Amino acid sequence: MSALAITAGFADPVIEAQAHFHALMNALARPGSIQPFPAALDAPAPLTPELAAVALTLADHEATLWLDETLAASKSVVDYLRFHTGARLVANPSDAAFALVADVAAMPSLASFAQGTDEYPDRSTTIIVAVETLAAGGELELAGPGIEDRTRFDLSPRPAGLAAQLAANRAKFPRGVDLVFVGAREVAALPRTTLVSEV
Amino acid sequence: MLSHCDNVQATGFVEHLKLPHYVDFQAELGLVRQMRAEYAGAPARAEGGGRMSAVAAPQASGYNFAYLDEQTKRMIRRAILKGIAIPGYQVPFSSREMPMPYGWGTGGVQVTAAIIGPDDVLKVIDQGSDDTTNAVSIRKFFAKTAGVATTTETKDATIIQTRHRIPERQLTEKQTIVFQVPIPEPLRFLEPRETETRKLHALADYGLMHVKLYEDISRHGHIATTYDYPVEVADRYVMNPSPTPKFDNPKMHMSPALQLFGAGREKRIYAVPPFTKVRSLDFEDHPFEVQKFDKPCALCAATNVYLDEVVLDDRGGRMFVCSDSDYCEERRADGHRGELSGEAPHLVGGAA
Repeated sequence: MSALAITAGFADPVIEAQAHFHALMNALARPGSIQPFPAALDAPAPLTPELAAVALTLADHEATLWLDETLAASKSVVDYLRFHTGARLVANPSDAAFALVADVAAMPSLASFAQGTDEYPDRSTTIIVAVETLAAGGELELAGPGIEDRTRFDLSPRPAGLAAQLAANRAKFPRGVDLVFVGAREVAALPRTTLVSEV
Repeated sequence: MLSHCDNVQATGFVEHLKLPHYVDFQAELGLVRQMRAEYAGAPARAEGGGRMSAVAAPQASGYNFAYLDEQTKRMIRRAILKGIAIPGYQVPFSSREMPMPYGWGTGGVQVTAAIIGPDDVLKVIDQGSDDTTNAVSIRKFFAKTAGVATTTETKDATIIQTRHRIPERQLTEKQTIVFQVPIPEPLRFLEPRETETRKLHALADYGLMHVKLYEDISRHGHIATTYDYPVEVADRYVMNPSPTPKFDNPKMHMSPALQLFGAGREKRIYAVPPFTKVRSLDFEDHPFEVQKFDKPCALCAATNVYLDEVVLDDRGGRMFVCSDSDYCEERRADGHRGELSGEAPHLVGGAA
């Protein structure tokens, strides 16, 4: 392996990590809102710059990372994440603190990730899904904490049976997973508290 | 009178008690007076610094931005995101030693350090005031280690770190408020074992808290909790709002601002997302009520604000002024005058 095989991380790790965290925090605090996500990273395909930015912002040796089959099959992606985050990569989605999903069509069910326990619902997976587009307005109607009344949201491509899976996830509250969707230079999230209905 | 569970530090002192607690004392005092007045059959007679706009400071060299190392920030950031996803749930985090004693806001400082960016404008209040020791030192801490702009004006701030008050001015969607929390567990004085309180939260079994409030009513005729008044967040978790007077509880309900809570000594972070239901616990026949003051602020004549009592002399003279110093100064700058505003020491020699 040559020393040049791994591309660079954030140019300014302190300031850029804060900026990306700020966007993630606002996305989770205001479900369905679309936040700008600069993600100026030269990440190896199929890892999108936005997925890489989330991993570099939140993952380290204390947080486990699960990669979907597409990502795990790429040695350069695995090397990149190992080098920049130091996070332990896990094979079982139910062991993951964070899951990176590049191929929405092959995404495992939400129930296969860590759900947390009743005493410690925080011990659950935050799933980061790369999608093509995020849209304010659209076919998903959201309500719950972080949303003043109701809001509309949509994403494309949509994971199979998303609304039904989210309803099952919501029913487990306070257990459950949180979803973060990254598109081109933008991010939105659906935490476990959000009630989602298709209209 | 003051029950606390602060531990004794290696210095032999309980450092926390060096800090002023007049907002909490005022809340207790108001209730005691009300109960005395009711007992006597008389109607209750509840009696009721310079502004600084945003200034940026150069960051001192030798510190990472905002003091904490990046790994610590990531750990805190992960806890904050979980806290937001599970409103009112206390997320454990590995709280670090900070260059200040426990009880002086180490939890709030760590949360602020994890979220603050170079473009943020920071305001810090302690007991409602921008000018007390805790507020000044934390503001200087971030001016020095992060080089961020600081302000005393609520409207200009993007991050407000607070000890024991929520500003009177309505917060906005652009703002985040960070609370310094001494005891995050609302059930701690009712059940000392963490394993058991975890279980009670898991089962949403808050009967103990209702029994406590009921016992207050049977003994005093009132719910005798006047600050750190327990709230139910998003119809699920019961949460301590930190020792803000219960006067501030309604401000948490459906607040447009994100509310983050950091408890350094107890190593817990929790959150209330914007536009989230926050209900103060009560009973149908004893509904939740906030403190009322029968006089307006003596300096700016504001009503429906929380007032601090200031002793004027040794003959029982006293005045009641806004606890939120920025709000009071803004109103005075707008020309509002209270009955004692001419006598206020810092207005002497001024334009008035």
